[in-house]
Amino acid sequence: MTELAAVRREQLKPPVVDIGVIGWLHKNLFNTWYNSILTVCMVVVLGLLLPPLFKWAFVDSVWYSSAEACHDIDGACWSVIPHNIRFIIFGFFPEGQEWRPALAMFLLLALVVYSRKRSRWQSSLGCLWAVSLTVMGILMYGGIFGMPVVETSQWSGLPLTLMLSFFGMVAAYPLGIMLAIGRRSRMPAIKSLCIVYIEMIRGVPLISLLFMSSIMFPLFLPEGISINKVLRAQVAIILFTAAYIAEVVRGGLQAMPRGQYEAAESLGLTYNQTLRLIILPQALKIVIPPTVGILLSAFKDTSLVVIIALYDVLKTTKVTLSNPKWTGCSTEAYIFLALLYFVFCYAMSSYSRRLEKELDTSY
Amino acid sequence: MNEREVETGVVKSGDPIIEIHGMHKWYGDFHVLSDINLEVQPREKIVICGPSGSGKSTLIRCINRLEEHQRGQIIVNGTELTNDIKNIEKVRAEVGMVFQHFNLFPHLTILENLTLGPIWVRKKSKKEAEATAMMYLEKVDIAEQAKKFPGQLSGGQQQRVAIARSLCMYPEVMLFDEPTSALDPEMIKEVLDVMIGLAEEGMTMLVVTHEMGFAKSVADRVMFMDDGEIVEQNRPDLFFDNPQHERTKLFLSQIL
Repeated sequence: MTELAAVRREQLKPPVVDIGVIGWLHKNLFNTWYNSILTVCMVVVLGLLLPPLFKWAFVDSVWYSSAEACHDIDGACWSVIPHNIRFIIFGFFPEGQEWRPALAMFLLLALVVYSRKRSRWQSSLGCLWAVSLTVMGILMYGGIFGMPVVETSQWSGLPLTLMLSFFGMVAAYPLGIMLAIGRRSRMPAIKSLCIVYIEMIRGVPLISLLFMSSIMFPLFLPEGISINKVLRAQVAIILFTAAYIAEVVRGGLQAMPRGQYEAAESLGLTYNQTLRLIILPQALKIVIPPTVGILLSAFKDTSLVVIIALYDVLKTTKVTLSNPKWTGCSTEAYIFLALLYFVFCYAMSSYSRRLEKELDTSY
Repeated sequence: MNEREVETGVVKSGDPIIEIHGMHKWYGDFHVLSDINLEVQPREKIVICGPSGSGKSTLIRCINRLEEHQRGQIIVNGTELTNDIKNIEKVRAEVGMVFQHFNLFPHLTILENLTLGPIWVRKKSKKEAEATAMMYLEKVDIAEQAKKFPGQLSGGQQQRVAIARSLCMYPEVMLFDEPTSALDPEMIKEVLDVMIGLAEEGMTMLVVTHEMGFAKSVADRVMFMDDGEIVEQNRPDLFFDNPQHERTKLFLSQIL
């Protein structure tokens, strides 16, 4: 049929104004008179803003000067970063031992990058993760192979941020899924437990959870027993994020048509198999965009641990800036920090978009 | 009413594969099925028709416990359906179900749709399950689409895949819940052809459908339901030529 049609009918090209650069400009920037005005205005505004910004950041700026040299220039003083990079990144980790958290972070990031391909999601990858996480733990804490012990109170800067957010996300995701399933359970005890948990956590700011974990929680412990402060913050972040994940996942479960359950059940699959093989793969795929939103805010919210005196990468930057020598360079330091956060967040969100595309079977 | 004719319309041979005795079902206060009694012999083909809301879909959905009945007894292949989930899963594995809206698993390929049940329920090896699946895909004439996803197939093709998916479980009985109602007219035939082939091989089938041509040529027994009751059942020639009940006559006059 289609072959015949192709022979019979001559295929016409679309009009020139609809294709190519001109077509794009016409369609996106000048398609109506008010859009044309907006376009012209934006060009003027950008023309006024961008050159001075460029001059400040790149032309008049200094990159490796001393702090004193910064006072005499009009441009950006990027020197604040190379001069303080050790403290911004590693915080209070002992001098001379920085290679340990650096290597641990490198391992973590390398493994995350390696795990991006779905074809590699096999049990061997799980073993690799288990081994690597152990190695990372040893690198950070030390105590063997001649590495001096570094208490968790000295863990700070970027390694702390990455650790809190990585375990926050990785542990909160399955916990959130379990809560979502529990909230839909037919067993009233489980259902109400999940509802109470989710609503209680969502009704409280993360800051107050962190306070509770750091100040109130130890009050309930018997004398002499203390649970590590970093661990307590970590648990608070996990519990907090999980409650939000749970509601998003529940939305995905809600979106699944009844027919999918029925088809799976009529094959004789058990309820657990139905969830694991049919429902969750589809439901979790549907909610990738909001899930990533939650994971991104969980990543950024780790900076709130400053409230219980943990020194994440934002706090170490602030400490740097409290040095009178560098006080004037806060803009530059925060731009650097923003870029650092942006790189991680953008990587996450573009990966999620790719995953969505890969998993799309609707055509 | 001619009792003898009704009697001769029913195939009687050996033990029934499905027995339903005095079965009632309610949705809340609504009495959707009332005093259903039905025996299905192995290899028998039954077509169930009736106006919408008459409970015909609900009846066949009770047979694999997608719906729960509140009173009476349903015995499938010697297993009574109770709240025992193990029994229910056993019955479901032995009873194939084909839905109006196909209900294929959109995230799995055609082949994976077919091998899922055999691998997880029947504990077959992946290789064995795939061999069976390809055999049935061959049979429903769709083998070349094995690696595609359901979303890439036409409605008729999807429904044929759904039939093949049920067959991969080697079911004793096949239930069809309006299998052609959601299809474009030109696709109905390809699905009915598969069902006719299945009937000729001696599959026990319960089919809820409005395809009266199919009922006439394939069914051993046609059952008319209205208002939650089995009003009349008979051999297809007798059913269509000489309906006994006013309600049956009215229904047939509307659809034929």
